[in-house]
Formats: sequence, C-alpha cells, structure tokens
Amino acid sequence: MKVAVVKYNAGNIYSVIHALQRMGVEPVLTDDADVLRQADRVIFPGQGEASNAMHYLREHGLDEVICSLTQPVLGICIGQQLMCRHSAEGNVDCLGIFDEEVMRFAPRSHADKVPHMGWNDLQQPSSPLFKDFKGGEFVYFVHSFYVPRCQWTIASTDYIVPFSAALHRDNFYATQFHPEKSGPVGARILHNFLTL
Amino acid sequence: MLAKRIIPCLDIKDGQTVKGTNFVNLRQAGDPVELGRAYSDQGADELVFLDITASHEGRKTFTHMVSKVAAQLSIPFTVGGGIHELADVDRLLSAGADKISINSAALRHPSLIDEIASHFGSQVCVVAIDARLDEAGWTCYLNGGRISTGRNLFDWAREAYDRGAGEILFTSMNHDGVKNGFACEALARLSDSVGIPVIASGGAGSMEHFRDAFLLGHADAALAASVFHFGEISIGGLKQYLQNENINVRL
Repeated sequence: MKVAVVKYNAGNIYSVIHALQRMGVEPVLTDDADVLRQADRVIFPGQGEASNAMHYLREHGLDEVICSLTQPVLGICIGQQLMCRHSAEGNVDCLGIFDEEVMRFAPRSHADKVPHMGWNDLQQPSSPLFKDFKGGEFVYFVHSFYVPRCQWTIASTDYIVPFSAALHRDNFYATQFHPEKSGPVGARILHNFLTL
Repeated sequence: MLAKRIIPCLDIKDGQTVKGTNFVNLRQAGDPVELGRAYSDQGADELVFLDITASHEGRKTFTHMVSKVAAQLSIPFTVGGGIHELADVDRLLSAGADKISINSAALRHPSLIDEIASHFGSQVCVVAIDARLDEAGWTCYLNGGRISTGRNLFDWAREAYDRGAGEILFTSMNHDGVKNGFACEALARLSDSVGIPVIASGGAGSMEHFRDAFLLGHADAALAASVFHFGEISIGGLKQYLQNENINVRL
C-alpha cells in the first residue's frame, strides 16, 4: 500500500511518519501532486498556525490537490482545521471540505487552560475509523482552536464546550487529536484508516 | 473530561539514564528507550528526558537518543537541559521531541520564550522554574538551584505566561527529594494565576501526595523521578488509586 504524507510548512510531521513505520508502513513525504493523487491513502498532518499554513498550501497549489483527492484522506490536528471553511486563527478562508467555522476556546474561569493539552476521552465514536470503540477511549490533544459539533462529527470530546474530536465526509476523515501520539488507541485508529 | 497527567522524569548522562532503577525485566536498565517504553506500557501519560551532560559530545549523544525515542514511543515527550538558544530548540524538535523545557536560559534571556513561541508555537515551550521559599517569599533559582535570582516565583511565572509559554513546570526546592509531598499552597496560587497548565514537581513520596497536588494544588500534571525509578510507586497502581479518589486519569 502506498501512503503519502502531505509535505508543507507544518511542524511535527515526522511523528506520524514514525507511527506508520512502527506499523510496518513506509510512507512517502511529498508535495508532488501526482504522487499524492496516485497514493492509496493520504495523510494531512501537522501543527502550526492556520493562516500561514493556508498561505503556503495556496502558493504551492496544494489546496486544489487536497480537495480533488478521491482516495481516503486523513487530516490530523491543524489538518482537520484547514479542511474546514474558515478559521478564526489568522481569520483565514480554508479548504472548505467541511462547511464549518473553526473557533478559539473561550475560557470561562482560571480552571479552563488554553491550549487544551493532554489526554481526553472520545464520546459517541461512530465510524469505521473507530471500529470496535465503545466510547471513553483516551487520545492526546494539543490545540487552542476547535471545530464545533456538526453534521460531519463522528466523535466528540468535552473541553470547555463539546467539540468535534473527529469528522468524516465522503473520502475525507479528520481528527483534532494526534493518533500518532495516542499510544495503542491511536495505533488502532491509524490501522483502521489504512484498512478502510 | 481532560485527564490529570502522570509524568516520570529521566535524567540522562551520555545517552544513558542516570538514576538506578528497579526494573528487573529490562534488558538494559540504563537504556532511555527501554525505560521509556516500560513507563509507557505502565500507563505514563508523558515522559521528560533531562540532559545533565555538559559537554558538546554529550549533547550530540542526547540528540541521537531523542530521535530513537521519537521513532519508538507513541506517547508525547519533553526534553530539557542544555538549551540556550533557538538553534538548540530547533535541533531537538527536528530530532522528534514534542516539547522542550527551558529553565536558566529563560530567566537570563526572557525573550527566548517569545522567540520559541513565535517560531514553533506555545505548545512546545515548557518553562521550568526552580523556586525556594525564603524570608522574601518564593524566589527563583538558576543552575539547578545554586544561584538565587531574587525573582519572585509568581511574577516570573506570570511573565513567562504573558511571553507565550505553553506550560509551567514548577519544582519546589524546599520539597524536592524530601518525599513529604508537593508544595500544594504555592501550586494552587500558581495554577490559579496563569492560563496554561502547571506541572507539579518535587516532593512525591506517596500516592496521597499526588492526590493532594491535583485536589489542593490544582495541578494539571504531576512529575516524579525516584519513586517511579525505584518501584516505590507503580504508575498503574497510582492511577487506579487516583481514580478511586475521583480524580480523572487515563486508564
């Protein structure tokens, strides 16, 4: 199986490559449109700032490439946010695969720390991505912006507000958390994505 | 609900763990990757690797160790020690660390926090603070607690937060190594005064001490070394205990 990881100016791309290698998959890191189109699976990972990332994707024509992909695609963290319509981070228009607005967490008290950092649980996981999940599984999050719950939500998590821990529309999947840093639970999710 | 985190800390010298350990099943007890994996399997939520080597050669060995840890472990980890400038941060993040921790360098050059936050994001920047309670109140110390700065703990933590730190790792030098509990009063004041997570460090001797750090100290995470390394407390047993005390942990 050919797995391509989208190469752009985001941080922490290597952790997803390591996670795939631990599963015996050797992914290719690329910004080449043809290589991305021909892969069996595409992963769109990363950490970073939304408006800078979108600027880079547009400059390199990767925005159109990602939107036109037909094989299963998995966005991770900033990847999920960039797949939405618009982000409050840098007030930027994004890819629009999910017609949703990315918002910033608004703390209600000193107990609500931002970023949302650490292990939190998945509620109502309902997708082949979460095959055999019962809800309550812990995954690792690091983020200050979130996608509200919507028609595309396939798992929720509660932090300050209930938000979309994962999204799915057609061939596009996305997680706000980092499956590559979520221990055995995360490895199951990546395995499920590769065997969709 | 967001879980409270349990974080073992490993001191590394020349690429090997320093403190003795009780892990009889490990092939190489001194191998940071093996020890890290054992903690990960026990349920550790994150790991901290602290480079206590001073030499240039030792630092290269440490960077190599970071890349091995990143390749083999599937939980987040922080690295600290010997970070003086942005290039050090870049080298360690490129090797695969999720976060870096800065201590003396931040006190000497506070703008380093701004630089790290703007280049790599606040989430990678842990500011570690060693402080001691003396006549003047809680005072920050440099170089592993040898040099007093005269800087107040709460003022400095607030400044670090304002400059873009993503987390505060607070070690009470009065409590460190004594195994008599964390500095819960100072922890609570600290945690309530910054909008970022606070990691409690220094003083863990029993499971009750961890409970108190979370309930009385309002800590978001608790870090310890020797109680884990010598097997006095197992991470699995600790998390079971905390859950029985109605503290949300990842089991």
